[in-house]
Amino acid sequence: MSIAVQVRAIAPLYHAHDCEGEQVVRLRNFRRQYGVNTIIDGLDLDLYAGEFVSLLGRSGSGKTTLLRTLAGIDRSNGQDVKVPGSRAVVFQDARLLPWKRVWRNVAVGLKGDKVRERASLALHEVCLGHRLDAWPLTLSGGEAQRVSLARALVREPKLLLMDEPFAALDALTRPKMHKLVLALWQAHKPAVLLVTHDVNEAIALSDRVLVLDKGRIVAEERINTERGKYRLGLVSELRRQLLGYLDHDVVAEPDQFPCGDIAHSTTPTEQFAGIDSQ
Amino acid sequence: MSRQMRQVRDCGATLIRARWMSPVLLLAIWELGARTGLIPEHILAAPSAVLGTLWQMVITGELPRNLLVSLQRVVIGLSIGFGVGTVLGLIAGLSRQGELSFDPLMQINGKIPVFALTPLFIAWFGIGEFPKVALIAFSTIFPVYLNLYGGIRAVDVRLIEAARSFGLNRAEIIWHVILPGALPSLLIGMRYSLSVAVLVLVIAEQINASAGLGYLVNNARDFMRTDIIVVCLMVYAVLGLAGDALVRLLEFRLLAWRPSVVQP
Repeated sequence: MSIAVQVRAIAPLYHAHDCEGEQVVRLRNFRRQYGVNTIIDGLDLDLYAGEFVSLLGRSGSGKTTLLRTLAGIDRSNGQDVKVPGSRAVVFQDARLLPWKRVWRNVAVGLKGDKVRERASLALHEVCLGHRLDAWPLTLSGGEAQRVSLARALVREPKLLLMDEPFAALDALTRPKMHKLVLALWQAHKPAVLLVTHDVNEAIALSDRVLVLDKGRIVAEERINTERGKYRLGLVSELRRQLLGYLDHDVVAEPDQFPCGDIAHSTTPTEQFAGIDSQ
Repeated sequence: MSRQMRQVRDCGATLIRARWMSPVLLLAIWELGARTGLIPEHILAAPSAVLGTLWQMVITGELPRNLLVSLQRVVIGLSIGFGVGTVLGLIAGLSRQGELSFDPLMQINGKIPVFALTPLFIAWFGIGEFPKVALIAFSTIFPVYLNLYGGIRAVDVRLIEAARSFGLNRAEIIWHVILPGALPSLLIGMRYSLSVAVLVLVIAEQINASAGLGYLVNNARDFMRTDIIVVCLMVYAVLGLAGDALVRLLEFRLLAWRPSVVQP
């Protein structure tokens, strides 16, 4: 396996953030195992206030596992993990409670008064002001995902986590959602961690792209070009590199794909061992 | 074939296909058999006679009085059964320790045939109201318990995780996510319990009762009054249907969010 990875190596990643604001997330040498499977192995991660970061990785690279820790769904068990208490998640499946009307889904768990007003405001922000009293099961996929976005934003989170939030949407809805998410991010300025396997999406939206593989962050790229329709063209070189990185093992051994890859897709070590031995 | 004949034929075809046709036909044959003397009255009274008896029993107050006694037994027994089943279902559904403590007992409860239990209840509680209510209560615990417990365990774990990620504590997760998620199952358990309650009512009222529908049936048997027996059978059926309709109404109100009931 000798595909040269041209994206910057990880070593010098974590000293160049002095220009950023307050540090929101800090993970050092983070590990996560399920039984004998090590999903995340010695991962370092820093996120700063107000930045939009994408986390790229193939299936089984540990993206979702990492996000579960940052979201507080999994406990960190005394590891060196710093995450803000004020955080919210947008899941790939909207995960609305079907027995609560839309505005109550947005307001779930909110404390204080004027809860309906706050929920209503958030829903207007995602252009769903007319569906406050709808039942979630009557919404389209895009609408449900916007409700889920409103539910996250109404909490004014310091950290907004998104787990492949656009993956289930059709190709026409997705760009609209990208625009909406960018607008909301610019209005509220949370730190965003977007988990995705879509390279174009990562480049179009982020300040910084991280690549996760075998439970480690193996590459990072900062994008300074202004967002907009020229961005994809201007960063085509980066895109090629990132894509190349994500594809490396498939390129190395295309015949290996059927069965071997699928069967071991969550334990990449075995799969790589097989390739190396040839 | 003339137009009139065709019309008659079409009309006949429509009638044969109607759902209510077979019961009506059965009633007609039954009535005819009774009128011609083919079915003696001590075997089965004619439908017309049954209706007449029903009317008599209503205006003399005999039926309402006894129905009320039976209803009271069902309502008290069911309330206890629902209450105990719900509490135990919650405990076993929400905690591992609760499951270990109560589930074996509940499984035993569910496996004992109520009819076999009747002699024991008579030996313990005599022949008053108590064993009748106790039998109904005992037999209605299990369906409520089992469905609620199963419903709680079947709540989508992703919804619970989402709620946790939004900072809901355990009590809030139970209230906002787990209980509403288990409600459809609980209602199914209630429907099942209702039909069991009517079934057990019949058995319970065979125990030396001095009032109630079962008492009417027993008396009627002694005097070969098949018309009264059929009236009571009808009342039992109506009781079962009414209970089912009640829970359906409850479902319609409480589960308005479900796609099958949701108004687009």
